[in-house]
Amino acid sequence: MTAALGQDGPPFVRDGAPLVLAPLRRQRSVLVHRALRSPALIIGCAITLGLVLVAVLAPLISPYPPDHQDLYNILSRFSSKHLLGTDELGRDELSRLIWAARTDLQVGVLAVIFPFCFGTVIGTLAGYRGGWLDTVVMRAVDVLIAFPFYVLVIGLIFVVGTGTTGIYVAFAVVDWVVYARAVRSTTLVVRESDYVAAARTGGLPDWRILWRHVLPNTVTQAVVYLTNDVVLVIVAVVTLGYLGLGVQPPAPDWGTMISEGQEFLTTYWALATLPGVAVLVTGLGLSMLGDGLADVLRPR
Amino acid sequence: MLRYAARRVAAAVLVVFGVTLATFLLMHLEPGDPARAVLGIRATPSAVAALRRQWGLNSSLPAQLGHFLSQLVQGNLGQSYIYNVPVASLIGGRVGQTAALVAVATILAVTFTLPLSALAASRQNGVADHVVRALSVFGLALPAFWFGIVLIEIFAVHLHLLPVGGAGSGFGGRLEALVLPGLTASFAMAPILVRSLRVGMLEVMDAEFIAVARAKGLGGLRVLFGHVARNALVPTVTLLGLNVAYLIGSTVIVEQVFNLNGLGSLLLSSILNRDFPVVQATTLVLGGGVVLLNLATDLLAARLDPRIRLR
Repeated sequence: MTAALGQDGPPFVRDGAPLVLAPLRRQRSVLVHRALRSPALIIGCAITLGLVLVAVLAPLISPYPPDHQDLYNILSRFSSKHLLGTDELGRDELSRLIWAARTDLQVGVLAVIFPFCFGTVIGTLAGYRGGWLDTVVMRAVDVLIAFPFYVLVIGLIFVVGTGTTGIYVAFAVVDWVVYARAVRSTTLVVRESDYVAAARTGGLPDWRILWRHVLPNTVTQAVVYLTNDVVLVIVAVVTLGYLGLGVQPPAPDWGTMISEGQEFLTTYWALATLPGVAVLVTGLGLSMLGDGLADVLRPR
Repeated sequence: MLRYAARRVAAAVLVVFGVTLATFLLMHLEPGDPARAVLGIRATPSAVAALRRQWGLNSSLPAQLGHFLSQLVQGNLGQSYIYNVPVASLIGGRVGQTAALVAVATILAVTFTLPLSALAASRQNGVADHVVRALSVFGLALPAFWFGIVLIEIFAVHLHLLPVGGAGSGFGGRLEALVLPGLTASFAMAPILVRSLRVGMLEVMDAEFIAVARAKGLGGLRVLFGHVARNALVPTVTLLGLNVAYLIGSTVIVEQVFNLNGLGSLLLSSILNRDFPVVQATTLVLGGGVVLLNLATDLLAARLDPRIRLR
């Protein structure tokens, strides 16, 4: 998200200059060795994989369909019939949590695909070419960063309409900025490196230099940002759901569950609390994955 | 300093213009017809046409932009479609609440952040460092609004210490009502600040003057607060500026959770009412606020650290 966005500079900056992370293809055995010794990466991977499994297997593992109403047990507490109780419409809380994982993970992942691709490409091009392209891109970045993130996203959703389409469009417009900014600064460093100079002297065309020599070095950085960004985007999707602007009911979504549960805060705490815990666990898993990845890929 | 300030102001003006343009386009790209939305589906075509004429929606887009800009320069933000009062008065009544929330959240965030990052940096790779870093990862994954709800649950519903929501009355009451919202908003920002500030302090600690101070026999705390913290002040100010946009954005959500009547709740309700001029003006004021605060922190940082002016 915009300002939280792009604030992850420090892990990749030394003495004010951005570090170029190791290309993914290189030194595979070294990287695997490092990965196996990074607890953050292993725990993060385990949590993330577990959640993805839950999301994919939702139809098989959830005890009830997400919209199944048990009208004899409305707002029931934890029981053997409903492990995590039921909500005000008698829907099984555990089943809703599981199906919401499916919705929110899917929306979160789909929402970052375009920003990731577009931001990486435009950032690389702007950094490499410089000139008017760089000026235009950086001015656009300045304006988008000046907008408070949620204000801009809510404004865009107002234009496009609520629901998942609104979310995809809003993030496509706003979120590429992070990648473009980060990748551009790495490209500025890579552009001056000896191997790019050598490739240019060798007479390689620009697109080939970009594809073979620049992009492999910048994309690693973008991938590290990606894992942190998915966390922020999922939190944002849930927040928008809470505001009634995101995933629309009756589709199961953690944010909508929290806003529905808030009404019963004084009588039944679990309804608003459990979906938040689910978001928290998801975020922790992905953050640890991202931090671990950055640590493993950092040149030393 | 003057040249630096002039450059920063010029850049800020450009960004504000960009923000204005983006806001205007955003509102006018919206496919729905505001006149029809206000009058309802039973309105006669002539009534809709009359209202469109009154609001100047029939002229071309550039002409509307010109009109909007010239009005804006004169300080006229337009008339609310729904409440039929000047938008400026609507915003004027709300801006204080949001500003107070931003101020309280910033103060709380700095109060948490400075000691925590100093602690983490002074014990690099020690237990305290790991705990602080784990907390910051935890905080990053925490949805701010949900944290607010949990705070309400604990401090208002169960302990009855603080109000559940609303603005409160009297100075004491207002301040009391801002504690939980301020905490919520500051928690949205604190993890990012801690992460960056810890790295900033580690860099300062590597500097030679720290080694000199230690060699002179100064104690750990003396070095930490007299030398390290002083030099970490500039990055803190810069970081606060960078995160202001995020903080102001999250007030929209925090106001919703705690039922505060600030700009954020005005924005949300106007969006639901399709009150175009209010949405446009609120977005503009919030965006402009970010640019202004960014400018202020930039200038403050340059004042504190002369090296910045030369960049």
